[in-house]
Amino acid sequence: MQDERDVLLGLYRQMVLIRRFEEAAAKAYSQGKIGGFLHLYIGQEGCAVGALAALEKRDYVVTTYRDHAQALIRGTSARACMAELFGKVTGCSKGLGGSMHFFDADNHMLGGYGIVGGHVPIAAGAAFASKYRGDGAVAVCFFGEGSATIGAFSEALGLAALWKLPIVFICENNEYSMGTPLERSLAVADVSQKAVSVGMERDRFRCTDVLEVRDRVAVAVKRAREKNEPTLIEALTYRYRGHSMSDPGKYRTQDEIDERKKLDPILHAEGALRAKGVSDDELAKVNASVEAEVEDCVKFADESAEPDESLIEAFNYA
Amino acid sequence: MRVMVESRMRELRYREALREAMAEEMERDERVFIMGEEVGHYQGAYKVTEGLLARFGAKRVIDTPIAEEGFAGIAIGAAMVGLRPIVEFMTWNFSAVAFDQILSNAAKLRQMSGGQFTVPIVFRGPNGAAKQTAAQHSHAMETFYAQIPGIKVVVPATVADAKAFMKAAIRDDNPVLVLEDERLYGTKGEVPDGDHVEPFGVAAVRRAGEDVTLATWGKMLLPCLEAAEQLAKSGGPSCEIVDLRTLRPLDHHTVVESVRKTGRLVVVHEAWPYGGPGAELVDRVQREAFDALDAPVLRCTGRDAAMPYNKKLEDMTIPDAKTVLAAVRAVMAY
Repeated sequence: MQDERDVLLGLYRQMVLIRRFEEAAAKAYSQGKIGGFLHLYIGQEGCAVGALAALEKRDYVVTTYRDHAQALIRGTSARACMAELFGKVTGCSKGLGGSMHFFDADNHMLGGYGIVGGHVPIAAGAAFASKYRGDGAVAVCFFGEGSATIGAFSEALGLAALWKLPIVFICENNEYSMGTPLERSLAVADVSQKAVSVGMERDRFRCTDVLEVRDRVAVAVKRAREKNEPTLIEALTYRYRGHSMSDPGKYRTQDEIDERKKLDPILHAEGALRAKGVSDDELAKVNASVEAEVEDCVKFADESAEPDESLIEAFNYA
Repeated sequence: MRVMVESRMRELRYREALREAMAEEMERDERVFIMGEEVGHYQGAYKVTEGLLARFGAKRVIDTPIAEEGFAGIAIGAAMVGLRPIVEFMTWNFSAVAFDQILSNAAKLRQMSGGQFTVPIVFRGPNGAAKQTAAQHSHAMETFYAQIPGIKVVVPATVADAKAFMKAAIRDDNPVLVLEDERLYGTKGEVPDGDHVEPFGVAAVRRAGEDVTLATWGKMLLPCLEAAEQLAKSGGPSCEIVDLRTLRPLDHHTVVESVRKTGRLVVVHEAWPYGGPGAELVDRVQREAFDALDAPVLRCTGRDAAMPYNKKLEDMTIPDAKTVLAAVRAVMAY
């Protein structure tokens, strides 16, 4: 049994890796090495890292187009992730998916999806298959609060409750669906209330303390695994960057951003680690190893080959 | 010496052929299940799934609430991780609310995951105009779906094809859309016994002829056959009829071969005239058989209008033997 100090240090490293990885991605984007859309998770790391720490290898993960974190946590290498952003054949989707479509079958990462809410039924489908086979796997589905207003979300939620599917729905409420704040999207401030109408368990908490996130999600995962009962979790979080790289985020104030940064999950973890006796030296080592990993993945992505023209059609049909 | 193995034939109705195909595949593969509105307790809105709930149980014959996007997506997700779902749309009209699941997920997952995930799934149900079901329940939806790479589109016209292609669809590792037809469900035909599976992308010549080729699919085979018979009886031009059977992949080669013999082509389909697989076929034929054509290719299609409820007007909106005859006469007179 790993002690809690080491567990937290591991989760801290994951969060730092996600942040440094995405900072490097933002830089590469500004250099024109990454194209299309690039949605950064910076600020939200506590959510995915905490939630996925509650899973087993056999469990399934489905997420949105803001998907880098989930892949990195599930075990997709930083090299395969960065190469995907660079559109290289060494990427986790062979350069065919890009930022929004990270897939990793071996790690049961069922992908990042670009149509808001359209992936929520997919996740329920993985849970359906798990129940059909009785293999004990749980599906976890991430989506933003912007998904809470679209039909696919409501239908998947209703069917998962009706059929008692082993799934945990995690609404990453980062306060804005693109530039629209929640109060202009929904008549209620509490997204988790959606669970009530379909007779589903729910939970709601802020993602500042990564261990708390893990423990709260673990309750839902246990409920899914042992009782085939789904849960809707509203995970309160905040993204520091714009919706995507093209968004300067002028719909919110610097004061608001500064306020939210006080709840930063990495800062919080650093404090908690120091309280557990982790030295500055040890933290510096973790950060240095992350920086080396990120530097290496950028170099790898840069030097990797482009996919061959034959890949345009190769994977359209089995 | 060629040994002929005689396969016993049985007469079935189209809906029974579909049901038999699904039941046989469910027997041989535990991963196959059926999901849709009223497929179980109600025995199917059109009785295609009649008796399957009693035979296979509620785990594998699953009644859904009215949530096409939800259950289509759930089936796609289940297929991604190894199951082989059959999704019934009560009619293909209702697939429109699940269109994003088919377009953005089922058709895209293999390509955008770099080949890591396949989606072995069947979407099926009746397509096109039934009888006086009016504007919202009469769409010939194949015209939309045939355009999408990543899926296969099957439009069986005969009872034997209904069974053989349904089995092929269930065994295929790609998303396959089987567009059936309410007006065909009651038709009878011979079906070979045994495990007969048809390959996708091979058209069938339903009637040999010399003067004009009629290329068609689905229930429009019937007015083509009727028009050809009438012409044969009256000493008119002799029609060769090609049933395309699958629209993606689309076997235009059989049509080109036929046109090389007849020099004339009429494409007959129920869907609207604007674009679609009929226009795609015409494009391919003019490129590959330009030198063989003695007349412009004509299309005999559904009218460019929302389907009227009134019976007389509905009949005038869908091609029938009379409109096929008029098109044949037009290409012959050129």
